[in-house]
Order: sequence, then structure tokens, then C-alpha cells
Amino acid sequence: MSDLTLTTERERPLDPPDKFTELRERGPLHRMRYADGHLGWLVTGYAAARAVLADPRFSNRPELAHPPIPARLELLKEQQFQVPPGFFLRMDAPEHTRYRKLLAGQFTVRRMNQLEPRIAEIAEACLDRMEAGERPADLVEEFALPIPSLVICELLGVPYDDRERFQADSKVLFGLESEGADVVAAMTRISTFLYGLIQHKRAEPGDDLLTGLIEGGELTDEELTGVAFLLLVAGHETTANMLGLGTYALLTDPGQLAALRDDPSLMDDAVEELLRHLTIIHLGPVRAALEDVELEGTVIAKGEAVTLHLPVANRDPARFPGGDRLDVTRPASGHLTFGHGIHQCLGQQLARIEMRVGYAALLRRLPGLRLAVPPEEVPMRTDMSIYGVHRLPVTW
Amino acid sequence: MKIEADTTVCIGAGMCALTVPKVFDQSEEDGTVVLLDPSPPAELEGAVRRAVNLCPSGALSVS
Repeated sequence: MSDLTLTTERERPLDPPDKFTELRERGPLHRMRYADGHLGWLVTGYAAARAVLADPRFSNRPELAHPPIPARLELLKEQQFQVPPGFFLRMDAPEHTRYRKLLAGQFTVRRMNQLEPRIAEIAEACLDRMEAGERPADLVEEFALPIPSLVICELLGVPYDDRERFQADSKVLFGLESEGADVVAAMTRISTFLYGLIQHKRAEPGDDLLTGLIEGGELTDEELTGVAFLLLVAGHETTANMLGLGTYALLTDPGQLAALRDDPSLMDDAVEELLRHLTIIHLGPVRAALEDVELEGTVIAKGEAVTLHLPVANRDPARFPGGDRLDVTRPASGHLTFGHGIHQCLGQQLARIEMRVGYAALLRRLPGLRLAVPPEEVPMRTDMSIYGVHRLPVTW
Repeated sequence: MKIEADTTVCIGAGMCALTVPKVFDQSEEDGTVVLLDPSPPAELEGAVRRAVNLCPSGALSVS
């Protein structure tokens, strides 16, 4: 069993690799060889994955981490797993708690609901431009990327006109085949840009989240840079891929598309189901055991790495019967796509609204929307740490 | 049904406020749970149990 390694190549674009689905049918935990030679674990069962994410005995600190795939292996060694200040995603409690509590008030359900009219305006403006432009169009370029990008820029107070300064670098960060030196350079460029922006906001405050954090006085400029980095990058690559891949999934499943068109009140459930079924987080998360932990009858030894295969965990028939099927009428909440435990996605309520508003506007405005190429010609993001489509040529 | 919320554990994910907004809200300060109705009526019991189960931090309990 120790010859098991993690891969991202799939037999079918909307299903996780068959070998991991087969493993889940055999049991929730499996021995897996990590890219640095470490012998750790892969979790394929829903209950076990949720238990690991909720358990403080499993750490997310990078100095304890082992990489499940070779991407950035050399870089990880060279950098000696240093966490930049403010990078709270890679901290455990109680260090993490301080940052999370400073930010969570900015991302509440109520505050995010207040953004809905503005998000709708942004979505409509994207569709106006798309309709006025040429057909076929690339839905990623025209719609899926600009909506979350504009929204997170406005929320943080990052000038959208500067987007070419971080969108290309963001792609390098998420590329599994990016060279280590290029990743370091991209991180440095984004951090330098954000540090400069924070200096500027100290002199000229705006009405935005970064200004609020600066005026709160709790964080140093270095910490603010780390926090802004996480929010900007996470706000881009996640929802953009859900909008792109979700549209691909609906356009290649006419029955589900028709169900959603016929009954727009299904939208909230459809968003949860697309999050569950597509699970764009297809590599990890990865944790490390801080002590021996018994999990479903197996002991994970102190120091061992545990990779959670969320795409197959989210289709575990013990939790989601018939989970391999996309069913927009299914109650899909409880999926692990946003994680679970203290690191559960800070921006999830924003992401839900962006998807709800985005899919609804797209279906309403372009009733004849369809793929402009055969489905198998759509380039899939098996080479990126977040799954999705690279491009989605559509017409209407 | 009686709900208890531990705001020291809560991380402000908002799953409770999303699931049963009549019973749960969030602090504007740090996003942590605010109980609008610690003893909700019987017809909300199922939804409250769903919210407790969805809570990522284990901050909610019912008795």
C-alpha cells in the first residue's frame, strides 16, 4: 500500500481520479508516500476527513508539513518552511485565533448580504460587455474571473486597475509546475505591491477593509501585508474557478441546467451542490499529527502527515447517497469544500453570494448559453492547485 | 430546547446565522455567534440541530 501517491490526472473531467474513489470503497484511511519520501496517510472517507479538520491535534504549521506532490519541493526545502507574518492560514490556535477574530467581523453573513446589490451590478456589467463583444467568448476571461476579482479588490481597497500586477503572479502561485524561483518572485512582487498600498492607505485612508485594519492598530504593516495577501489571492482563485467549472458542469448536464432554469428558488441548494460535487480543492488540505491520534480504529503517529482527499470525501455515500451524481435539489450543506474546523473558509459567505448572483444572472441574461467547443476540448486545470477550467469558450 | 454558545471557541464562520437567522446572529466586532433566542420554539428544533452540526468550531451545543 505504501506505493500509493497523490495525482491530479482524471479519467473524466468532473469526477475525481478513479483510484481514489476505489480506495474510499475499501476504507477511510490509506498509507501514502509523500513527495519527500515521508510515509503518511491519505483520508478518503467523509467522517474521517471532517474529524481531522476539527481536531486541534492535527496542525497546519508549515514546518511540520510534508508535500503530497512534488510541486515546489525544492522551494519548500530552501525556505525552511517560514511563515510570513500575518499568514494565519498556516498557524494553529491560539496564534491563528487573534487574526481570525480581527477579520471574521468583516465577513459576517449580514455584511456579505449587504454587498449583494453591488455584486449583482458587477455581474450585469460583465454580461453587458460580453453581449456587446464577439462570439464565441471565453467565460473565464469575461465573467468568472472579473466578478470575484472586482469584488475582492473593492472590499479590500485594492485598485482594480492594478490587477495585472497580481493576476498573472497569482497564476504562478497556483501552478503546480511553476519553478520555485518564479514562485518566490511572484510572492515578493505581490507582497511589495500590497506593502506599498498599505503605506499609501496610512497617508490617505479609504473606506475599505484594509483601511479599517490599519486604523484598528492591532497589526504591523508586515502582518497587514500577509493578511492582505491571503485575502486577495484566496478571493480570486477560488470563486473564479467555481463560476467557470460550475458553468461547465451545468452546460454539460442539460437536465440539471433545465431544473435550475425552471425553478430559480433552487439556486441556494444548487450552489451548495456544485461546491460539493465539483470540490475544486483537489489537493489536500494536509495536516500533521502533533501526537498519536486514533482515527476510525487506526493510530496516526505523532509527526505523520495526513492528506484529506476532499473530492472523494464529498462523494462518500455514507454521507451523500448517490454522491457521484450532480443533483441541484439535494441538500448538500455539510460538504467539506470550504473545510471544517478553525480554518474553515473566512470568505465562504461572500463566495456563496458571488455564485448565487453570478449563476442567476448568467442563466437569465443568456438563455441560449452553450459550449462553443466539444466538452472534451475544454482545458481542465489538472496542473493547478485549485481545479477548474483554464478557458471556457461559450456562445449564446 | 436550550442552546449554549461558547464565543471563545467560535471562529465566526457564520454557518449558524446562515442556517437559522431567527435564532443566530453574528457580532459586528469579531463575527462570533450572538444568540437571538437561546430557547427557540419546537418548530425550529430541526433547523437548530442542523446548524449545530454544521458549526465548524464546535462552539454550539443543545440540551
